[in-house]
Amino acid sequence: MRIGRRGFFKIAAVTAGAAGAASASAALPHAEGTDGPGVLVDTTLCVGCRACEAACAEKNALPAPPASDDVMRERRDTAPQVFTVVNRAEKDDGTVRFAKKQCMHCIAPGCASACPVRAMNKTAEGPVVYDASKCMGCRYCMIACPFDVPKYEYDSWKPRVRKCSFCADRQAKGLKPACTEVCPSGALTFGRRSELLELAKTRIYTNPGKYVSHVYGEHEAGGTSWLYITDVDLEKLALRTDVPERDIPSLVSGALGAPPFVMTLWPPLLMGLYAFSRRRDTVEGDAQENGKEDRHG
Amino acid sequence: MASAQAGAALAAHPSFVREKILLGMSVREYVRSCCTPANAIAAAILVVGVPILVYRFIAGLGATTALSQTAPWGLWIGFDMMTGIALAAGGFTIGATVQLFGLKAYHPIERPAILTAFLGYVMAVIGLLADLGRPWNIVMAIFNYGTASALFEVAWCVMCYTTVLLLEFTVPVFEWLGWKKLHSVMRKALIGLTVLSVMFSTMHQSALGSLFLLAPTKLHPLWYTPYIFVFFFISAIIAGISMVIVESMLSHRAFHAQVAGQHVDVDKLTLGLGKAGALVMFAYFFLKLQGVIDGHAWGYLATGYGAWFLVEIVGFVLVPALLYAYGSRNGNVKLVRAAAVMGVLSIILNRLNVSIVAFNWNQPVRYVPSASEVIVSITLVTIGVLAFRWIVNRMPILREDPSFAEGQH
Repeated sequence: MRIGRRGFFKIAAVTAGAAGAASASAALPHAEGTDGPGVLVDTTLCVGCRACEAACAEKNALPAPPASDDVMRERRDTAPQVFTVVNRAEKDDGTVRFAKKQCMHCIAPGCASACPVRAMNKTAEGPVVYDASKCMGCRYCMIACPFDVPKYEYDSWKPRVRKCSFCADRQAKGLKPACTEVCPSGALTFGRRSELLELAKTRIYTNPGKYVSHVYGEHEAGGTSWLYITDVDLEKLALRTDVPERDIPSLVSGALGAPPFVMTLWPPLLMGLYAFSRRRDTVEGDAQENGKEDRHG
Repeated sequence: MASAQAGAALAAHPSFVREKILLGMSVREYVRSCCTPANAIAAAILVVGVPILVYRFIAGLGATTALSQTAPWGLWIGFDMMTGIALAAGGFTIGATVQLFGLKAYHPIERPAILTAFLGYVMAVIGLLADLGRPWNIVMAIFNYGTASALFEVAWCVMCYTTVLLLEFTVPVFEWLGWKKLHSVMRKALIGLTVLSVMFSTMHQSALGSLFLLAPTKLHPLWYTPYIFVFFFISAIIAGISMVIVESMLSHRAFHAQVAGQHVDVDKLTLGLGKAGALVMFAYFFLKLQGVIDGHAWGYLATGYGAWFLVEIVGFVLVPALLYAYGSRNGNVKLVRAAAVMGVLSIILNRLNVSIVAFNWNQPVRYVPSASEVIVSITLVTIGVLAFRWIVNRMPILREDPSFAEGQH
């Protein structure tokens, strides 16, 4: 095995090309789809009627949510049969606040990037949707989600990952997501994300001192379709506030750029070492034979 | 008439089954020879463990595991997959040492290392199938390319490397069967296969670490680092070296008959491996420190998790590194073996820490594996050990086949 100068340049060019392609493909998700559909949740307007829970359950053929508002005494989380929940928190002055939790539909979703078989997928339109027929059940999407949204049907022999689909099917027909359609208080506003961001910031600026000066979801996990403005700590309303600002896929893309280099550099390097050790053996063999001849001669 | 023919056929080839499968004994003798205390224990484990494994596929993960919505990965991923694969790293480490770096003195331990790696991967894949919610969809990985996923890289490397290990393993299998032509073909392919084994192992040992890159808020800051994939690769080499030392110690004790009459100086090989182990382990210790510095995680050292982290990197990295160095320098084989045992424990501890103990450290409800999960993991290890023994007792793994000795180094 001999690699001439031309061959060496070829390998170098292929390596550089592969590395370039890898970084280009890793860069794609950030640029696209920053202005898909979104929802602005204004927790100061939510009255905690849980109509969104009922509408979601009906639309997705899930068991109806508990009728009594007593369930809000405890902090609740989404579940395999519950795609959205409303949690309740009290402010220091005794005012009650509510917030709805569901999938945030990240612009560059960790769950979709984690899925090895693309069962979890970010559609071009915006919603992050799940296809059980491709899923092998590794549950890596659950590890990946910084909001702890995907839930698993552990009790089934044929389990699925379950979460809010942003009513992708309704949106395709030009309809609003079921929860936003029934919200009576104006706490949920459906629209283009860029417009909702402006709306959110306008509300914060025109009501000085009312809101926390932060739009939750503008930068969290690189930006999400669902945005929240609030006058209480969202941690109290059962939303994770430790989410990094970097989008989740970008945390991995550096490490995933390595395989092209390993695949192109390791074989020639190792074959070189092998050739070196062979040559050393041959030289040693020759030396021994020469030694013998000397002795005989 | 038919039975007479079958009997005649059997009489014509009495040697194969009797010599190759039953170790030269009659069926009755063979069955009697299997009645040992060790086998009784193994049988007891299988009698309990295999039905649990079957029950898991009927009743689902919820009935057999302690997994929850906040703990989607448990013992079957943390131990069977993460640890099993790391401990199988001896296959590519020793393979490269012998085939590529030309250190032929290590040839006698190459085959057991490759066999361990092969069985380790097969057991890890079985554990994975038990853990997957929809194992029948595992074929989807071949048709759907989730290239942004570290798990995609892991999946492909497991597929490719298990195939490579199987092919490497065919060399002793063909010697056992006496198929000389195929054997010489595979022997020539061994160099290429070794290159592939190093390539796939590099990518995939490190990709197992990359799996955790996307969970910076879930993995404890002392263990989370953007370089975790480098840590996983380096520690896999430690695992490989340590496993080979432990394994050659155990097999040369357990398989007297196989190694009798050979002039292999296991002690000398152990000391050589110990020197390599010391080097890699010191490097790993300083890398782990670097990880703490880089993550600005000093403050966490004063917490409970910090104490546990120090147990890992001082008790199970620095101490065995010193033992390796001292032992190999002073020719103390026992010390090197003690270091190797600690080295194996060190990697088990690290993988369990990353995937279970330090994962979701800030969640109110913590995951503790169920009895079924523990039993299934023990069952898989038992099957692996039984398969190793079955093969070593029959095939030229620890000894050389005299009719193939030519061409061996």
